[in-house]
Amino acid sequence: MRQERSAGSSQFNLPETTDVTDLTRLTLTEARDGLKAKTFSATDLAKAHIAAIEKARALNAFVLETPEHALKQAAASDARLAKGEGGPLEGLPLGIKDLFATEGVRTTACSKILGEFIPAYESTVTSQLWRDGAVMLGKLNNDEFAMGSSNETSAFGNVVNPWRRSGSNVGAGGSGAIEGNHLVPGGSSGGSAAAVAADLCLAATATDTGGSIRQPAAFTGTVGIKPTYGRCSRWGTVAFASSLDQAGPIGKTVRDSAVMLRSMAGYDAKDTTSANLAVPDYEAAVGRSVKGMKIGIPKEYRLDGMSPEIEALWQQGIAWLKAAGAEIVNISLPHTKYALPAYYIVAPAEASSNLARYDGVRYGLRVPGRDIVEMYEKTRAEGFGAEVKRRIMIGTYVLSAGYYDAYYLKAQKVRTLIKRDFELAYADGIDAVLTPATPSAAFGIGEKGSSDPVEMYLNDVFTVTVNMAGLPGIAVPAGQDAQGLPLGLQLIGRPFDEETLFSLGQVIEDAAGRFTVGEKWWA
Amino acid sequence: MSVDLATVKRVAHLARIAVPEADLPKLQGELNAILGFVEQLDEVDVSGVEPMTSVTPMAMTQRQDVVTDGEIADRIVANAPVSEDNFFMVPKVVE
Repeated sequence: MRQERSAGSSQFNLPETTDVTDLTRLTLTEARDGLKAKTFSATDLAKAHIAAIEKARALNAFVLETPEHALKQAAASDARLAKGEGGPLEGLPLGIKDLFATEGVRTTACSKILGEFIPAYESTVTSQLWRDGAVMLGKLNNDEFAMGSSNETSAFGNVVNPWRRSGSNVGAGGSGAIEGNHLVPGGSSGGSAAAVAADLCLAATATDTGGSIRQPAAFTGTVGIKPTYGRCSRWGTVAFASSLDQAGPIGKTVRDSAVMLRSMAGYDAKDTTSANLAVPDYEAAVGRSVKGMKIGIPKEYRLDGMSPEIEALWQQGIAWLKAAGAEIVNISLPHTKYALPAYYIVAPAEASSNLARYDGVRYGLRVPGRDIVEMYEKTRAEGFGAEVKRRIMIGTYVLSAGYYDAYYLKAQKVRTLIKRDFELAYADGIDAVLTPATPSAAFGIGEKGSSDPVEMYLNDVFTVTVNMAGLPGIAVPAGQDAQGLPLGLQLIGRPFDEETLFSLGQVIEDAAGRFTVGEKWWA
Repeated sequence: MSVDLATVKRVAHLARIAVPEADLPKLQGELNAILGFVEQLDEVDVSGVEPMTSVTPMAMTQRQDVVTDGEIADRIVANAPVSEDNFFMVPKVVE
């Protein structure tokens, strides 16, 4: 088909056209370079992705498609590119997690309680993407209020992981629906990770409170970075746990993630916890030598009963970094095991406070009652899903009179100790810490947490320490399990030293190669 | 520590979430599973440890005490379930 077309083109002496379906296979930086070289237009890129999204509706990655908006932005990008102008992301189509407020475009946090909320403002992070020329394809599915590790708590239903176990029964049925026991994409940024892995967008925004960027990235063979707390403005992002929430990108490669983060990051006076620091050119750190860097291997991340595949992956990562000239140092982070229990006090406590605003008065759902209290209670009972209610209630309990010291204060003290563990390691000259990203590869829908919520929480055991300490962490695909599913490694950096993570991440990507979903079985 | 049914009911009310009687035992079990999990923290000696108040060492910034925007009441109530003349409407709260 393609051969015929190019033969025809040369016969009539026309420029060779690029097969538009192939454009979705490009990385963000390849597409950027192609636009600059005028190999294709921003409109071609947008159209190719819009078509891919239409064919992938069964994956349920997008909760709102905005094709007209995308084509308008792409046309504007083409006009700028024609004049030799344009920002760092000019004409590049992205997906936006539905936690970011987008002006005039429905934003729900994938909760029924926000209903058809249409923000009158744009989040700082997304406004910077549009400033830099990016194109919005639509809003991406996530766990309700970002509370979940499998995207199963979304009011819009679960997302299908484009990866399948080898020999699995998952396929596209006659009606276009997915058949068989599919895998979850991880969460909470499950739509972001699935969309990037399935080539539905060149990159996506995501957020991470306990692992919500890095765990889904690991489950889908994509790269996800949670920057240092304060690097990206939280203004206009639906709040979950304010002292832990950070925005970051999910991309196809380390380089793509670096380019995305540079646009997303930066000081914002509207967020009092925003760091007033210059944003480095992260892409310049990609490919930089890691020779002589000291990489800490924390013994506490070697869990009892950890799968031999995860252990082997970790050893492989150690070998790759060593081969690149890094020095491997065994370290101890003694309070690691307490990060997850402390998180399940701090995060619900902050959530119970943040989510008090959903009262049926100012926006979203309202269920009438006899009086205002009954209206609140019925609205919140109807609007919140089961997991969100559980966390609000845990948070309410641990903050209630008589329990505050025993739970919340104690957890904040433990948090000080968790952060101190890292500070001591970095004071000893460690440049970054290498760990597995998740305890396993992606699991099946409905497989975890149905009887005990804690079973699901344990998924974040390797990622949550990073949020508790406010540090940057990147998940990079590094291997596959016996069933052919991607597995990721995590690198944890010093505060505001995301550059080192990009340099080290590239070493892993160069050694491991990229992990892409082969056949687009859903399309 | 674990919670009894009466506590679950009280917490639900404090959280302003209506929970049908029939759902209370299941919720009690789930909350107790989480509380049982966080009990591990009792092993940690936190004597003399300051509770974390800010994860990055930074002073809260202050801005000038001036009006920076306003006159947008219509946009503020635009998403309200019920509004009238740019006021949020609620059930009667004062007799």
